[in-house]
Amino acid sequence: MATTTDAETSPSRRQGASAATTVVKPRRSVLEHIRLVISYRELLLGMVRKELKVKYKNSALGFLWSMLNPAMYLVVFYVVFQVVLANGIPYFPIFLLSGLLAWNLFSVTLGAATGSIVGNSSLVNKVYFPREILPMAAVGANLVHFFLQGIVLVLGMIVFRFDVDFAYLWLAVPALLVLLLLTSAFAIFLSCVNVYARDTQHLLELALLAWFWMTPIVYPFGFVAGSLSNQGISSTLALINPMTSIVLAFQRAFYGILFLPDSVGGGQILPDESSLWYFRNLAIVGACSLVLFVLAVRLFDRLEANFAEEL
Amino acid sequence: MAANIVISQVSKRFRVNHQRHSDLKGRIINIGRKQPREDFWALQEMSFEVADGETVGLLGHNGSGKSTLLKCVAGIMQPTTGYIKTVGRMASLLELGAGFHPELTGRENVFMNGQILGLKNRDIEKRFDEIVEFAELEQFIDQQVKHYSSGMYVRLGFAVATNVDPDVLLIDEVLAVGDEAFQRKCLNRIRQFQREGRTMMFVSHSPELVRQICDRAVVLDHGEMIDIGPPGEAIRSFRESLMRGTKARQLATGDEVDDQSDQRPATDRASTTGEVPVVDPDAAPPPAIDLANFEVRITRVRMDYPLADERDYLVPGDPLRIKVGYHAVRKIDDVVFSLNIINGDGLLVYGINTDHLLGGLAYVEGDGTLEFSFDRIPLLDGIYTVSIGIHSHDVATIYDHHSAGHTFQVTNPGVAAGLVALDASVTIDHAADRQVAG
Repeated sequence: MATTTDAETSPSRRQGASAATTVVKPRRSVLEHIRLVISYRELLLGMVRKELKVKYKNSALGFLWSMLNPAMYLVVFYVVFQVVLANGIPYFPIFLLSGLLAWNLFSVTLGAATGSIVGNSSLVNKVYFPREILPMAAVGANLVHFFLQGIVLVLGMIVFRFDVDFAYLWLAVPALLVLLLLTSAFAIFLSCVNVYARDTQHLLELALLAWFWMTPIVYPFGFVAGSLSNQGISSTLALINPMTSIVLAFQRAFYGILFLPDSVGGGQILPDESSLWYFRNLAIVGACSLVLFVLAVRLFDRLEANFAEEL
Repeated sequence: MAANIVISQVSKRFRVNHQRHSDLKGRIINIGRKQPREDFWALQEMSFEVADGETVGLLGHNGSGKSTLLKCVAGIMQPTTGYIKTVGRMASLLELGAGFHPELTGRENVFMNGQILGLKNRDIEKRFDEIVEFAELEQFIDQQVKHYSSGMYVRLGFAVATNVDPDVLLIDEVLAVGDEAFQRKCLNRIRQFQREGRTMMFVSHSPELVRQICDRAVVLDHGEMIDIGPPGEAIRSFRESLMRGTKARQLATGDEVDDQSDQRPATDRASTTGEVPVVDPDAAPPPAIDLANFEVRITRVRMDYPLADERDYLVPGDPLRIKVGYHAVRKIDDVVFSLNIINGDGLLVYGINTDHLLGGLAYVEGDGTLEFSFDRIPLLDGIYTVSIGIHSHDVATIYDHHSAGHTFQVTNPGVAAGLVALDASVTIDHAADRQVAG
């Protein structure tokens, strides 16, 4: 919705009254969208709080559920891959959780964002606010979950007496930023498309399932890169998946074990590259995400015109 | 005065898809195929301005675009072309509730709504008690909104929207909900807003409310602005547009418009015109109809507005003649014609019969016309139904009865409110003058 809040406006006749000028027009630029969301940051925070509150309303454990979910993953995948399949990856739970953290932020946000506008039709139909707030609130709420799940990871590290490679830990910061940008782009895109094509939600579930197994979270990147180079294909091909670069950076930052122990036949887990290599990958994905983000906002701008009538 | 809302060349198009494919499957199957759709312009090239501190009412029949316009001003919809500029903080109350999340409590919703309206949390905290007090929801404020009654919903919505210190308030028809006491409270609040110089725009189906509250009114008809001006004038063009609409529908269904005052939709009308006896669902006592023996029949009823010229409505004080054509199968001397005028609320405004007026008719025979003549109709706005009966003196025999279908319309160009156009004037006697007189 094209509403701009200008700082410089004509003075209002009543003292102390805000004199923001609102312009409703058919189109608005990407920059205006961003400025608008920033001017509504209080609402964005309120919405994030609301998301979190509604999710755990009437549940006894509340926020603990956020942590129980990755904990459960941890147990199941540990049993399946380490005990039953015996894949030999040392500290497998730590490895798994490093990637899973990033993936959960991505996939759960998209699931929530896709339905965010349709699910809040009572608001969209009644009051004006920048509609992008809704998918962005999903991003924000899941960022909170991300940190809660991070606690599980830290607890896991303490339990397993895991040594962290502090030289690479900083990679987690750019990785998280790029992940947020990529997630936001998809969240905005999916939320507006879902208003017009409601089964986006179901399609998304399938797509995310495939995407999950295409990303080296449960299995290490080294396995894929290895089999690719065995067939004479550059392992860079595996980096086409933007989530791969992000997940790799998280794994390098938190996990950081590059090779399988010789006792299980040796092999690569993570690429044996400098932190610059990881950062370069992130930068490429970040640039692509930025383009996607701009495109998503522009699409959103076009589609939001008729939200109220479609809902 | 500076314009607070500028509406410039605003048009809004709705696409009406005859087959909606809101799922992917439908879209993929129909890809490339042009979907049959129709463009519907809910607003067309609308331009007007609302001055700072002014209250403007939007009048129009259902589907005339008034709610769409309000939604565009509110920013909920965006216009297809044109733009709307509003200066100041805007609060809107559209339909029921101001947009609450059912899972959250009243308290949380107040905060969320305040945030949506652009308030900081500490500002909301300052006003919170006032809001709750106004909404009379002290006991329920920490309950989830989904457990609220519709009245509570509206009260909270109104309380939030009017307590967040908006410069511009948009109201759509919400005053119709809630009990009378709360409605009065809302009206008082609206008047207070006017005194404080805030700008308001509101949609109402009640021309009387518009007359009472608004400085100006805008009349919409099929997405076009047909009039803007003082409420009295605007209400008149609103009524005229309503009449045109009904006439057009009647013509469209091939129903002849012989009775110039008949404003009811063609569908109702078909059953009561012509020689067919009246069997109308809202006819007075149904047994009376059954008893009608049609020895004297009402053949036609005609309303004459001698002073109305081209107008098809009266203004208060106009004369009116009601001509009743009849046909008697034989000479009947035990006959009374009676006439009742009933207003839109079903209230009997006036009732008379030929016994009272003439001291009794001698007889009726064959075809004839009887005329009720009024020198002046001192009524204010409304569509009035004329019910006519022909019966014996003791009302034991009913010859014929038309209880609905004949109407006349009064449109008040002035500002007086109420039912009756009383002649009033005002003088003032200052104390200084009294001393001289005394």
